[in-house]
Amino acid sequence: MAAFLSRRLAQLVPTLFFVSVIIFLLQQLLPGDPALVMAGEERDPAVLEQIRKQYRLDQPLPMQYLHWIKGVVTGDLGESMRIKRPVSDLVLEKLPVTLQLASMAFVIALLIGIPAGVISAVKKDTAWDVGANLFALWGLSTPNFWLGILFIFLFSVTLGWLPASGFVSPTEDLWRSIATTIMPAFVLGNAIAAVLMRHTRSAMLQAMSADYVRTARAKGAREQTVVLKHALRNALTPVITLGALEFGTLLSGAVLTEQVFSIPGFGKLIVDAVFNRDYAVVQGVVLVTATTYIVLNLVADVAYVLVNPRLRG
Amino acid sequence: MSAVALDAPRVSADSPARRALRRLWQRRTAVWGLGVVAAMILFAVAAPLVAPFDPVQTSWSLVRKAPSASHWFGTDEVGRDLLSRVIWGARASLAAGVISVSIAVGIGVPLGMLAGYVGGLVDGLISRIADAMLACPFLILAIALAAFLGPSLGNAMIAIGIAATPVFVRLARGQVLAVKAEDYVEAARAVGNPPLRILVRHILPNILPPVIVQATLAIAAAIIAEAALSFLGLGQQPPAPSWGSMLNIAQRFLTQAPWMAVFPGLAIFVTVLAFNLLGDGLRDALDPRSR
Amino acid sequence: MRTKLLGAAAGALLVALPAFAQTTLRIGLAEDPDVLDPTLARTYVGRIVFASICDKLFDIDEKLALVPQLALSHQTSADGKTVTLKLREGVKFHDGEPFDAEAAKFSLERHLTMQGSFRRVEIAQVENIEVVDKATIRLHLKAPFAPLIAQLTDRAGMMVSPKAAKAAGDKFGTKPVCAGPYKFVERIAQDRIVVERFADYWDKGKVAIDRIVYQPIQDSTVRLANLKSGGLDLIERVLATDIGEVKKDPKLTLAMGTELGYQGLTINVANGEKANNPLAKNPQVRQAFELALDRDAINQVVFNGINQPNNQWISAKNPYYMAKFPMPKRDVAKAKALIKEAGVATPIVLDFMVPNNPESRSVAEVMQSMTAEAGFDLKIRVVEFATSLNEGEKGNFQLYFLAWSGRTDPDGNIFSFATCKGPLNMGRFCDPKVDELLDKARTVGTLAERKAVYEAAAPAILANGSVMYLYHRTLLFAQTNRLEGFRVYPDGLIRVTGLRLK
Repeated sequence: MAAFLSRRLAQLVPTLFFVSVIIFLLQQLLPGDPALVMAGEERDPAVLEQIRKQYRLDQPLPMQYLHWIKGVVTGDLGESMRIKRPVSDLVLEKLPVTLQLASMAFVIALLIGIPAGVISAVKKDTAWDVGANLFALWGLSTPNFWLGILFIFLFSVTLGWLPASGFVSPTEDLWRSIATTIMPAFVLGNAIAAVLMRHTRSAMLQAMSADYVRTARAKGAREQTVVLKHALRNALTPVITLGALEFGTLLSGAVLTEQVFSIPGFGKLIVDAVFNRDYAVVQGVVLVTATTYIVLNLVADVAYVLVNPRLRG
Repeated sequence: MSAVALDAPRVSADSPARRALRRLWQRRTAVWGLGVVAAMILFAVAAPLVAPFDPVQTSWSLVRKAPSASHWFGTDEVGRDLLSRVIWGARASLAAGVISVSIAVGIGVPLGMLAGYVGGLVDGLISRIADAMLACPFLILAIALAAFLGPSLGNAMIAIGIAATPVFVRLARGQVLAVKAEDYVEAARAVGNPPLRILVRHILPNILPPVIVQATLAIAAAIIAEAALSFLGLGQQPPAPSWGSMLNIAQRFLTQAPWMAVFPGLAIFVTVLAFNLLGDGLRDALDPRSR
Repeated sequence: MRTKLLGAAAGALLVALPAFAQTTLRIGLAEDPDVLDPTLARTYVGRIVFASICDKLFDIDEKLALVPQLALSHQTSADGKTVTLKLREGVKFHDGEPFDAEAAKFSLERHLTMQGSFRRVEIAQVENIEVVDKATIRLHLKAPFAPLIAQLTDRAGMMVSPKAAKAAGDKFGTKPVCAGPYKFVERIAQDRIVVERFADYWDKGKVAIDRIVYQPIQDSTVRLANLKSGGLDLIERVLATDIGEVKKDPKLTLAMGTELGYQGLTINVANGEKANNPLAKNPQVRQAFELALDRDAINQVVFNGINQPNNQWISAKNPYYMAKFPMPKRDVAKAKALIKEAGVATPIVLDFMVPNNPESRSVAEVMQSMTAEAGFDLKIRVVEFATSLNEGEKGNFQLYFLAWSGRTDPDGNIFSFATCKGPLNMGRFCDPKVDELLDKARTVGTLAERKAVYEAAAPAILANGSVMYLYHRTLLFAQTNRLEGFRVYPDGLIRVTGLRLK
C-alpha cells in the first residue's frame, strides 16, 4: 500500500508540470494581443506599451512561464488584467458556487442514474429497460446549453416558478439559493446520470450472475431482497469514486451551463477570460481545477484499491 | 421444490464476431440506434439528391415562415429552407463526430499501445501528458484550441479530436497492459516477431472491441461538442449549415420561430441518442462478462 | 413564554419594515464591466454603472446639449488656449470630503498622469490646470481644442475623492468613491454590482430609488427572460428580433433612441499587401460596391427596419449631419457597368472579416448575397473579437465589419479614423488635405464653422476613406411598466435621476 501510494504521489509532480505547461502554452498561443483587448476603444500606443510592460507581455515565453510558476509556488496566481483583482481572490470567491452546483448535480445524477441502472439490469431487454435507458441517456444526448435555455423558457418565463438566472448563496437565503441552482444542477446532473446508470447496470448484471446470489436464491429468499441487498451493495461501493472521476466532466459541462444561467462560478470565469485574453485568470483557474481533479483521482484510486485488495500488486 | 433443469452447454461453431453480432441484434435499443445512425449517414451522403432546396439560398420574402406543405420544416431568419439545411447539416455534424474521433483514435491508440508495450520512461512521459490533458476541462481545451486555430468546422474537428485523444491513450494502454502477459503474445515474442508486428497483428485485434465501443460513445460526445463550439461561434461558419450553428442562431428566435430550434435540436438529440444506444449495445455484445 | 415570542415577532417585524419600504431597481447589463475606476475603465457597460456613482463636470441631455453637473459654466478664451470652469459649490464626495477646485484639479491630473490611464489621450491637449479659487479652475491647453468640453461629459470629466484615491492607488476601482447620486456598496465579479442612495447628494430631490443592482447577463435571450419573469426591471441591448416579444407583453415597455456611433465596413485601403485589391485601388469598383448594397433592405431583413441606414459618421438627428451627401440608393445595373468600365474581371474576391456575434454574421450574409449580384464574391471569415482586433491592426483583412460606440463630439467619430496617424485608422487612409481640414475642425469655434470644414473634407472621406458607413443602431431598452421616468439618451447610458418605481 505504501509503495502504491508513494508511486502515485511521485507521478503527481510531472503531471502537474505538464498541466502547467499545457495551460500556459494554450493561452499564449491564442491569437490576438491581450494588450489590444485591454487597451479599450481608443488604443493609445503609449498605453499599449505600458500594459505590455506591466504584465510582462513583451518578454520571451520561457521567462513569462518561469515568472508565473514562481508566483504559483508562493501562492500568488497573478492578477486579472480586466478587473485588477488577484486571481486567488476570484478563485476563492467562485469555488463555493461551482462546488455547490457540482454537488447538487451529482445528487440529481444519483437519483436518476442509480434507479435507472437497477431497472435496466433487473428488467433487461424489456420495455422497462428501454425506458430506463432513455431516461438516463436523454440528458447526455442534448447539448446542455440548449436544455438550459429550454428550461428557462418553460420554468421561468412560461410558468414563472423559478428565477431565470443569477445566483444566491445559501448563507444569504437557502430557498432562493436552491431556486437559482436547481435548473442548472439538473441540466448538469443529467449528463452524469448516464455514466452512473451504465455503471450501476453493469455492476448489477455482474453481481446478479455471481455465485453468492445464486446461493441466496437457492436458499429461497425472495428475489427482490436478494437483488437489492447483494447486487446493489456491490454496485454502490465505487460510486463515490466514480463521482470523483466525473468531477472533470461536471466542470466541463459547467462551462456553458454557467454561461446560460449567469451563475458566477468557475466555468463562466474561464470562458470570459479566454475571450478577453485575461491570461492570468485562465491559467490560474485551470491550474486549480486540474490540481483538484488530479488529487481527487488519486483519492479515488486509493479508495478503489482499498476496497479491492486484489488490485494492489 | 421444483426440478431444476440444467441448461445444456451451448456448443456453437460461430466465430466470436458472429456471436457478438447476434447478441447485438438481441438488444432492441442497440438495433434502433444502428438504424438511426445508418439513416443519418445515408441522408448526409445523399444530401444533394434528397434535399428539396439549396440550403444556402436566401430569400427575403420567405423569412421565418412556419412549417408548411412547401417547406416541411419552415424557413430560417434569412429565408432558407430548414429541411434542406437539416439534411445538409447532417454532413457537418456527422463529419464533426466521425472525423474528430478518428483523429483521437488515430493518435491516441498508437500512443497508448506504445506506452503500454514499451513501458519505462516512454510510458511515463506519454501517460503523464495524457493525465495532464485529461485534468484540464475538455471544453476549455477545445475552446482554446479552436480559438487558436481559427473558427471553422475543420479546425473545430481538429480541436475536439486533440482534446479527446487522451481518453484513447489511456484505454489502449490499459488494454495492452492487460493483454501483454497473455499466452499468445508470449508465444509470438518467443518465435522472434518484431515488436511492431506483435502490436499490429496480435495485440491490436484483441484490444479493438473496447476501442470501438469507446469510439462510438465518443462520436456522440463529439457531436455535442461541435454544437457547444458553434454556440460560442467557433465551429461551422455561415452560410454552411451544421446542427450546432443552427441551434445557436435559433435560440434568439425561440418564441417567434420555434421550428428553427426544434428541428436541428431534434436531429442532434436523435442522432446522439442513437450513437449512445449503439455504443452501449456494442459494449454488451462485445464484452462477454456482462451477459 | 408568550410575551417573549410576541416580543421577538415584534422585533422581527420592526427589522423587516424598512426592508419592505426600500425600493430596489434591478438592471440587466449585457456584459460584466471592467474595473470601476474612471481613469482606468474602458468598457461601455462600465459607463452605465458610472452614471449612478460618479458625477462628471458636465453632462448631456437627450438632444446632445450641454448640461451643468459638477461644473456650472465654461468659458473659452479668444485664442482658444484657456478654458475657465466654474464649479458647483456644496458638493460632497461619498466619503464626506468636499468637492472643490483642488479636488477637480486632482481628478483631472489623475486622468492625465496615472499609469495605465485610458483618459490621457482624450484630454491630451491640457497642459496644466490652475486653481483660481475654491470654485474655479482654469485649464491651459497646448493648442485650441473644440472637443474638450465634450470630453468632460464622459469619464474624463468624472471627479474622484482625492483622499480615497490617494489611499487606494490603483486599487481604487475595487471601492470607488465619487460624487454621484448613489454610492458603491459591493461587487461580486460577474454576478452583481450593488449601489445605494447617497444621502448627501447635491441634487437628492431627484433621487427616489434606494438601491440599484446591476446584473451582467450575457445571453440576450436569458436577459429578456429575466425581465419577463420579473427578475429584472430594466435591460439594455434588446435584440431587434425580440421587439415583437416585448411589445406583446402588457407588463413591459420598449424604449428606443438612436446611438451616437455607427456600424461600418472598414476597408483596407493601404494597410499591407492585402490592400492590393480592386476595391481598394479602383474608385469605380468601390463606387460599384456601394451601389450594390441596399442599406434599407439590410435594415429590413435583419433588424425589422429598426435601425437608421446612413452613409455618414454622424446620424441624421445630429446637428452636424450633412444633407449635401445623401445615401445612395441601390443600383445593380450601374454597379455592373462601373466594374466593366474599370476593366476588372469578375468575380471580385474579397476577404470579409466579421466579428463573432449573431447580428454581425446575419448582416454579413445579407451583404454577401447582395454584392454577389454585381460580381463581388465576399468570403466571410468569422473571427473571434479579440483576434479580429489584432488582424485589423496588422492589415490582415480586406473588409472588416466593425462598429464604433460613438462620442458626443463629431470629432470623436472621425479624427482617429481618417487622419494619417489616427490610432484607429486600420485601413490606413491617408490624405494630407483631409488631415489639415480635420485638424482645423478641432480648433474652430462655432457649429456652423466646424460643419463647413467637415463638409469640405467629406467628399474625400466618403469616396476613399477607411470606413464605408452602413447604419446607426437604435438603442433598445426594455423596462417593466412599474418603472417611470426612464428616457433613452444617444450615448446609451442609463441616467438614474428622475427614476421611480411604482
